[in-house]
Amino acid sequence: MKQLVIDFQKCDAGRNCNHECEMECAVRVFKVDDPKQAALQIKAYEDGGGHAVLCDQCGDCVVVCPTEALKRNKLGVVMIDKKVCVGCYMCIGFCEKEAFMRNSDWLTPHKCTSCGVCVKVCPHGALSIVDVPEPPVRII
Amino acid sequence: MSQLVFDPSKVMDIDYTKRTEYLDGLEAIKAAHKVLKEITYTPSLPDKGYTNRSLYVNVDTLEITEKPVTQQMKDVFIGGRGFGLWHLWNAVKPATRWNDPENEIVISPGPVAGMTQYAGTGKSLVVSLSPQTDIPIDSNVGGFYGPLLKFSGFDALELQGKSDKDIILFIDGQKGLIRIEEAPTDPVDSHVLAEVLTHMYAENEADLPNISVVSTGAAAEHSLIGMLNFSFYDRRRKCVRFKQAGRGGIGTVFRDKKIRALVIRGPKVAGDMNHPADPETIAKTGIKYHKEIRENDGSQCMMRRNGTAHIVEIMDAYDLLPVHNFQFGSHPDTHKIDSAYWQSRCTQHTVDGCWYGCSMACAKGADGLVLKTGPYKGDMVTVDGPEYENAAGLGSNCGIFDPDYLLELNFYCDTYGICTITYGTLCAFVMECYQRGILNKERTGGLEMVWGNAEASLEMMHQMARGEGFGKLAGQGVKKLKERFIQNAWGDPQLITDIGMENKGLEYSQYLSKESLAQQGGYALTNKGPQHDEAWVIFMDMVNKQLPTFEDKAEALYYFPLFRTWFGLNGFCKLPWNDVAPKNNSSQPEAHKIPEHVQNYVDLFSATTGIQIDKEELIHQSAKVYNFQRVFNIRMGKGLRLHDAAPYRSMGPVTKEEYESRAERYDKQIVEEMGLDPVGKTTEEKMALHREWRTGRFSKLMDSVYTRRGWTLDGVPTLERLKELGLDVFPEVVEVVKQHL
Repeated sequence: MKQLVIDFQKCDAGRNCNHECEMECAVRVFKVDDPKQAALQIKAYEDGGGHAVLCDQCGDCVVVCPTEALKRNKLGVVMIDKKVCVGCYMCIGFCEKEAFMRNSDWLTPHKCTSCGVCVKVCPHGALSIVDVPEPPVRII
Repeated sequence: MSQLVFDPSKVMDIDYTKRTEYLDGLEAIKAAHKVLKEITYTPSLPDKGYTNRSLYVNVDTLEITEKPVTQQMKDVFIGGRGFGLWHLWNAVKPATRWNDPENEIVISPGPVAGMTQYAGTGKSLVVSLSPQTDIPIDSNVGGFYGPLLKFSGFDALELQGKSDKDIILFIDGQKGLIRIEEAPTDPVDSHVLAEVLTHMYAENEADLPNISVVSTGAAAEHSLIGMLNFSFYDRRRKCVRFKQAGRGGIGTVFRDKKIRALVIRGPKVAGDMNHPADPETIAKTGIKYHKEIRENDGSQCMMRRNGTAHIVEIMDAYDLLPVHNFQFGSHPDTHKIDSAYWQSRCTQHTVDGCWYGCSMACAKGADGLVLKTGPYKGDMVTVDGPEYENAAGLGSNCGIFDPDYLLELNFYCDTYGICTITYGTLCAFVMECYQRGILNKERTGGLEMVWGNAEASLEMMHQMARGEGFGKLAGQGVKKLKERFIQNAWGDPQLITDIGMENKGLEYSQYLSKESLAQQGGYALTNKGPQHDEAWVIFMDMVNKQLPTFEDKAEALYYFPLFRTWFGLNGFCKLPWNDVAPKNNSSQPEAHKIPEHVQNYVDLFSATTGIQIDKEELIHQSAKVYNFQRVFNIRMGKGLRLHDAAPYRSMGPVTKEEYESRAERYDKQIVEEMGLDPVGKTTEEKMALHREWRTGRFSKLMDSVYTRRGWTLDGVPTLERLKELGLDVFPEVVEVVKQHL
């Protein structure tokens, strides 16, 4: 499956960039001019380093979705069908990585779909899309 | 108690999409339907939780009318059970009985119902005059019918009159159509009927989840203990499943009106259909709760694994699991039906909520059961549950510890349309009567009703469905069986009265209350009869020891019936309130109330309706409806102190065997509680001492609870209390009370 990964050897958690990845995701994918709505969030630790909130396509949300609005596509990426989603937000509550997000103006939640728009704009080349095996389905 | 750990390797590998299908006759059944009446209407979505209209249908005259939901209705009765009681009050007279045409079945979901962001928000409340108690019964049920009714445009549905032919009421909330159809050849039992009707009324596969069917089965027609199945389409299993409005015989009223089914086709559900005042608060509260379930359920109740059956072994360990008609509280074979077993037997790879957004997901299903008996022998079916009540009632209380038979009993109760709790308690009573010689093979028509005889229990149920033999008599319920056995001089009247576990005509649900005075009151001092949904305090009393003093118990019987009533006014399920708790709950003040969750409910109500309440106002809202229901009972000829009397089996040891099985405990109580010396006394003498002490403290509890509730010592709400609650604006309510002051 396609998975977005971040290399913190290269990423400096936004200390020397303009969070281009977040902005590109917000503008190009979600059509909003607000990086807080991006499907990946880079957070800097006070004492150096940082971490990224992003979806690793683990599929836990697929298991808990009551309407089968969440399914893997041919590339193994978990996609949301907004027409089927009832906005219950169980996917958000059950995401251990807190990678499922909600915009107050939208009824349906959103997350990273490994589309890769962020990869191209990272000034440090820290982001990449990799192909990894799908993890086994968990009983949640 | 060791903490049960979930082991996925022990889960049975069953294809949960495989079962017997019943769609072959669909086209012929459909062709036989005849439209008796059809009207069009304008569907609408709720505004801040209310559609502001209800639907009245008379199945005799075929009248279909919309009624406004008034501001007074919303202010006083809120919705759900409150609306049901108000409509019923206006429909009936004091002399009305369950099978009179004016009796109604009212279904109302409540203003919060249909919310998709919080667990347990898809409930409907069903209210009717009960064939078992002759007073209003209310039943809180899941499934999709209630929310889809509201999203089709109605806060409540009133069904009145009696048809002379079998009919289906179809509401199409997508097209704005209401149709009454004659249904002459439809299947009778719910698992077949609801599957056929779901596929008949859905326009395509994607439409299946928009259909919900209310139905009952063959046994509802021949007994007084009929229940209603409310369906929901299980997308993963690809089958129709049910939640039950079980207690009090509403299914019997349904069939007396010759209603075969109610079918609704609602609009496709989305997350904002209540049009709440403050969706942001609802979203945040819901997500917070989902996280709590994710983090805590696995180390607390494991509801997502086991459903309510998680407490079977806990009840057994605390001597609270009903065994052999509530004689004993534990049994060596309990491990055969404990949660470890159900965890392996219930499918774990699926979602199992009975409404969208229920992260508690307790509506477990046992797939792949091949039936051994009855008209569906050989069929492979999915069984809902078993819930704790079913495992205890159909199982341990009857001495049945074979899980496959337990599932089969559960399945047939459901499809035949009878209440599992009621059936369990009445079967246990019949078995004890058989064991004690009050019944014998001749009197039961050959049924050998000994402890543990699952085949005999199943045959009694099949007889109930066929309307024949001893099963038909048993279907009258414990109260009428007691009267019959006493009338026939089949046994000691005192013994029969003591061991028949009913109050107000309703059978007890499945908790052994002998050592919990609070639960004795929780059962008997109820409005509708002994059902734990009003005051399930046994756990906080016996297990968590949160009600140590007499005053604590009386206070709990003031607060919890009101708090729990509130769920039924709004369309909430009670389980998400206390089947998981925040990690820091035990260090909070009034931990037994789960204060953070109470605040969640306050927030969800305020955010939906735009009416800002606090936790005190929440209780005040309930108190209006609760006291109204008490007055309603009085109006119907019950509702007084004498009707709150409890069978002695619920309070103490009736028989020598019961006493001697726990002699150490009972002897100690003689010393510590009564200040007497048991040495040298016979068991009979000691039992007499216990009876005096236990009935005495129960009577004292009644005094305290009535006083706390603002009632006279005869159990009548005082005029001051009615005034405080604003119920004095209804002169007819005041009039009922005045006659008893």
